[in-house]
Amino acid sequence: MQLARPAPRELDAESASWLGRLASAAAGEREAAERDLHGKLLRIALAEVRRRSSRTPVTGPELDDVAHQAAADAMLAILGKLAEFRGDSRFTTWAYKFVILEVSSKLGRHYWRNPPVALDTAQWERLPDRLGLDPHQHAEATGILAEVRHVIDTELTAHQRRIFIAIVVDGIPLDALAGKLNLQRNAIYKVIFDTRRKIRRALVAKDYLDEAAAGRR
Amino acid sequence: MNEQDMLERFLHTDPRDVGCGQATAVLHIYVDLVAAGQDAAGRYPGVAVHLAACGPCGDDFAGLLAAVTSDEPGA
Repeated sequence: MQLARPAPRELDAESASWLGRLASAAAGEREAAERDLHGKLLRIALAEVRRRSSRTPVTGPELDDVAHQAAADAMLAILGKLAEFRGDSRFTTWAYKFVILEVSSKLGRHYWRNPPVALDTAQWERLPDRLGLDPHQHAEATGILAEVRHVIDTELTAHQRRIFIAIVVDGIPLDALAGKLNLQRNAIYKVIFDTRRKIRRALVAKDYLDEAAAGRR
Repeated sequence: MNEQDMLERFLHTDPRDVGCGQATAVLHIYVDLVAAGQDAAGRYPGVAVHLAACGPCGDDFAGLLAAVTSDEPGA
């Protein structure tokens, strides 16, 4: 089911101006608009890679390269999809989304150049910490961990298990895994979402969790 | 926060969560509403839930909002 979007509406003056210039039959006007838009996209991309810099191993000139590539790729995508702009946001907001998503995707792929954790490492010893459990403090935590492992081993397909272990156990960033496995971000998110529900259901069945607790959150 | 709360938080899922695809599809609309001070979460509750639950999509939202805000006069 798709979310309801507002009906296409009359464009605000600035958005109409962008569209008019970018689709102009006059090459000079069109090229000037493309230069202006690229300049904005590059400024946004440079700001975005810096905003994310503490969470990526990419640094220095390589980070600037990511920004330049993201701006260039976003520019191509925008020009190819101009006809799809419906006017349900400002044109620049719609355009900036392309460059933000490009930065996201490119930084995810760069993770594998020097990954702190390799795929399929399965660092199970990190699982208690991921779940906020300390089996040395509470005997019950040992039972919970065994139940979680049981769900992972018996209720997930090999593909789902690989994804859950990579994200939750090994802590690989979601976008990095999506890039590595050539999957959409949502495919990974849904595996994690569904597995959480399965684990919760199993822990409720074994009286480790309260059924009603989820509804109170 | 005790262990039980942390575990509940980790396992928490909200059935209203629309997922990454739908949240990304309307992200520009959502951000414009937020930037204009309108009730984006009221209009798109499933998107609000998703952006709070999904780290990467939440990061995209924060980045796009920062971009839009930086573009405004006087920023």
